[in-house]
Amino acid sequence: MTGLALNIRSKVYPGGVETLRDCQFSAAPGEFVAIVGPSGAGKSTLLNIAAGLDRDFDGELVRPPSRPSKGQGLSPSALSFMFQEPRLMPWLSVRENIALVLSEPKTHDAAIDRILRTMGLQDFSQAYPAQLSGGMRRRAALARAFICQPSLLLMDEPFTSIDAPTAEALRRSLLDLWGEQKPTILFVTHQLTEALALADRVVFMSARPARVIFEHVCALSRPRDLDLGSHQAIADSLLMAQPGLLQGGLLGQLQGGPAR
Amino acid sequence: MCGGGVGHVDGGLQDDQSVVRPAANHCPEVPALVIIILAYVWLGLGEVAAVVAVAVNKIPVVVVATREGARAIDHALMQVGEVYRLSRWRTWRHIYLPQLYPHLLSAGRNGLSLVWKIVLVVELLGRSSGVGFALANYFHDFDVAGIFAYTIAFTSVMLVFEALLMRPLERRLNRWRA
Repeated sequence: MTGLALNIRSKVYPGGVETLRDCQFSAAPGEFVAIVGPSGAGKSTLLNIAAGLDRDFDGELVRPPSRPSKGQGLSPSALSFMFQEPRLMPWLSVRENIALVLSEPKTHDAAIDRILRTMGLQDFSQAYPAQLSGGMRRRAALARAFICQPSLLLMDEPFTSIDAPTAEALRRSLLDLWGEQKPTILFVTHQLTEALALADRVVFMSARPARVIFEHVCALSRPRDLDLGSHQAIADSLLMAQPGLLQGGLLGQLQGGPAR
Repeated sequence: MCGGGVGHVDGGLQDDQSVVRPAANHCPEVPALVIIILAYVWLGLGEVAAVVAVAVNKIPVVVVATREGARAIDHALMQVGEVYRLSRWRTWRHIYLPQLYPHLLSAGRNGLSLVWKIVLVVELLGRSSGVGFALANYFHDFDVAGIFAYTIAFTSVMLVFEALLMRPLERRLNRWRA
């Protein structure tokens, strides 16, 4: 199985704003890559391109193929996307929302039950999104992302604007599901500690037009402590060496070496 | 007669999903009476002409209303269908159409009340049966009591229709709203 390879020579929006230039990176199969960069730099654009939602760019994209279907005929999909908002259909129940992304939902009742239980949503399967808390809606969105066993999962700041304990529980669930299915994950976040807690590798983007300026490999063993505070020290030491890292600026060469 | 009118409203709801018809913008401004007279002149004083007259009066209004709904489609939800590679049918059925329901409902409801009124004029002008025809007769006789009787009967039918069909339909389509 191949991973994800992305090489964007240029992405210009109509109106002339160049969002990405010479932006290239790759992810191995099953690798968890976090992307950190200044806001407005084009991280969401990058995900949209990786998702195939945006085909109007100059460059190449190689995505992992969908994994071979095994056993019960659950047809695995190539791709899932968890957006910044849960984006559930408000007129469908939790269960229907999850079933929506399966091509033959009726034959996968057991799989849906299982993921509902894993996410602690079994008592809310008939509830509509408007009846759920923000954290539960995100659980449902996470269940939807994993039900189709994607080989690539794109996540655009999925755990923002929820309280810290809820976010931590969601991160735990994410890592559990990832460990079980091992999709390649691109996880965009603006929180360096979140990136360090979750990912195998953190990729830093520059300001617009964005490109990859630095990579940090997270060598911590798993399972990890998901309390973001415990990753503050590593974040601090990274920022000590490169104070401009989160703003997308580098102070010349780092010993970690630039990307590529 | 009325069934024909209602059926055409429904037809109007169906055929307007994606077609942008600039003509539809201006058709509603043509007086209903003109369309009715022309339909009778061109198609004869028959049932067909009556149904066509009602339909031509109503469909553009429904088209315009529904098109406004289609413009308000939430792009973010459509993207979900796109990334998860949903078939066209499933995207339309579960993501697109539910966003149109409120517009279809109000278009249907407004349409219905308008259609009833046009039907009366149609019957008054060129049919030898129906409520409109009966009202015309009472008008000739200046029989106000008869006119009121028909008005009450007519309004009751519409209220029953609203209570038995439109309300339950609306409740069903809106049950997800907390």
